[in-house]
Amino acid sequence: MNWISRGLLGRLPVGWLQLRHHRMRLAAAVAGVAFANMLVFVQLGILSAMNDVVRTSYSPFRADIVISPYNTNTLTDGATLARRVVYQSVAQPGVAAAAPLYVGQVAWERPNVPATSLIVYALPPESRRFAGPAIAEHLDAVSVPMRAILDGLSRDVDPAWAARASPDTPLEFEVDGKAITAIGSYSMGAGFGWDGSLVVSDLTFIRLVRQRSMGTPSHVLVDLEPGMALAPALAQLRGALSMEPVKVRSFAQAVEDNVSFQATEVPMGSIVGAGVLLGLLVGVVIVYQVLATDVAAHLRDYATFKAIGYSHPYILGVIFEQALILAVLGFLPGLASASAIYALLAHATDLPFGMDVGRSLTVFVGTLLACMLSGALAARRLRTIDPAELF
Amino acid sequence: MTTSIVMQGVNHWFGDGEARRQAIFDVSLEVTRGSLTVLAGPSGCGKTTLLTLVGCLRSVQDGSVRLLGTELHGASAMKQQAMRRRLGVIFQAHNLHESLTALQNVLVGLQVHGRGGDADVQEAAATHLLNILGLGERITYLPARLSGGEKQRVAIARALVSNPAVVLADEPTAALDRHSSLLVVRMLKALGRDRGVTTLMVTHDDRIHQLADQVLFLRDGRMTAGAN
Repeated sequence: MNWISRGLLGRLPVGWLQLRHHRMRLAAAVAGVAFANMLVFVQLGILSAMNDVVRTSYSPFRADIVISPYNTNTLTDGATLARRVVYQSVAQPGVAAAAPLYVGQVAWERPNVPATSLIVYALPPESRRFAGPAIAEHLDAVSVPMRAILDGLSRDVDPAWAARASPDTPLEFEVDGKAITAIGSYSMGAGFGWDGSLVVSDLTFIRLVRQRSMGTPSHVLVDLEPGMALAPALAQLRGALSMEPVKVRSFAQAVEDNVSFQATEVPMGSIVGAGVLLGLLVGVVIVYQVLATDVAAHLRDYATFKAIGYSHPYILGVIFEQALILAVLGFLPGLASASAIYALLAHATDLPFGMDVGRSLTVFVGTLLACMLSGALAARRLRTIDPAELF
Repeated sequence: MTTSIVMQGVNHWFGDGEARRQAIFDVSLEVTRGSLTVLAGPSGCGKTTLLTLVGCLRSVQDGSVRLLGTELHGASAMKQQAMRRRLGVIFQAHNLHESLTALQNVLVGLQVHGRGGDADVQEAAATHLLNILGLGERITYLPARLSGGEKQRVAIARALVSNPAVVLADEPTAALDRHSSLLVVRMLKALGRDRGVTTLMVTHDDRIHQLADQVLFLRDGRMTAGAN
């Protein structure tokens, strides 16, 4: 601490010396801040995984505009719209193409493996322009009935096994009791409500997913003519489809709406959001308790400082120095333990849990602010100091 | 001879409303630069109140208090704090910081003047003073490991290390043995003689009265007599 005291503070590191003097109290405070950090990290990790899953669920496709049922909030929630919307859309000036997107769910049953729930996406094979890079090369091949492109990151699937899928080395398996052949693979991964995914043609889709017909797609994907601006195209489509129970959004807006819905409307998102606040609150309370106790224990010392000429900001500086130290000392073990928990969760769930620099910085800044807030609250007791009472 | 402290017609009250009572009555005094002045009198007579008025720890309510040429009546909080930095204060209860070593406690008295200054030079000055006060072997000790007399000597070092113009001391030798008490008083006398440091001390110790340049007596908040 010597270089800190000389270089940064220009004075004795009184705050650090006070904290170090009560080692048990310091250890408890650091453990408390670390726990609060871990709590926030885990909640943010879950939130981030949810968002990543939502974004990834759109990744097999691309489009300028998505038309969805008015009551749909996600790509996969099962609502449908009328196929005529495809034709109404493509009839609009500036629209280059439109295609139905079908989304359903099937069960993949294998011996000695728990049943796996697969999302089934379907596009007409001729709609290759709406296929994302990962599936575009295989889309022609799935025009043959009961052919599919398999998500190689599905749960309980060996990615190396899935990667072998090709028209020359097809992989055969059964979903919902129907034989299907994978002739290619892509990487999307599991979600919170499904274990993996398949991409098939529209014809295969209606064979796989019961009670669905080609007349009721889940969404309509729209591409615009080159040079056609997005905003007027959206306005034009909304006008043309005003009698249909649909919502017309850009592809990017649909993704962000879905992310926002997961974070704020779905119970799990709300619970996780509350968990983040709870973690911050726990951190504030712990640090406040430690600092308030420390301030109370050192009121006489602070009065002495004032009596010999130190300013009020100096004493505040000592308290904020302590808050800063607790934030840093608590953050590091919190970061380490959260990283370990992420690894465990990723292994156990196959969901995209991982530490990133942005989140680490966000939590660190949050920790600093929470500790500073605690310091400011604890410093209120300084008002009771009267150095004249020392005599 | 110049004066470091001048009080004229000072009155001071505590409390409000019906509980308001006067503690200091029309006190006037002068303390010459470089002198050792003792404030004496029975407990509760107002000695400490006078000390806190001179030490800028209470605001002057009525009358004039001039410290090192600066009028304290009506002085802002900022000005009072700035004046406190020119003082050395020795408390009866030493008031050392329990988390800091003897050396660090003394450095607190030096660093009140803000950033800057060579840290090694500061440490050397503090160590030198602790050596003079017989604590050279204990500079790394926390106060909990020091005796009462040793703690008081550290507190004295803290007050003197920044070469203050005026030292205010409240029973500084109460916890010291005879030898240490005389050492401290002689050091204060020497600082007055060599550097012009003025000392205003509250003490009941008659031995110090004999060494003082001036002894002022207070009774019931009134100055009763002064002796040179």
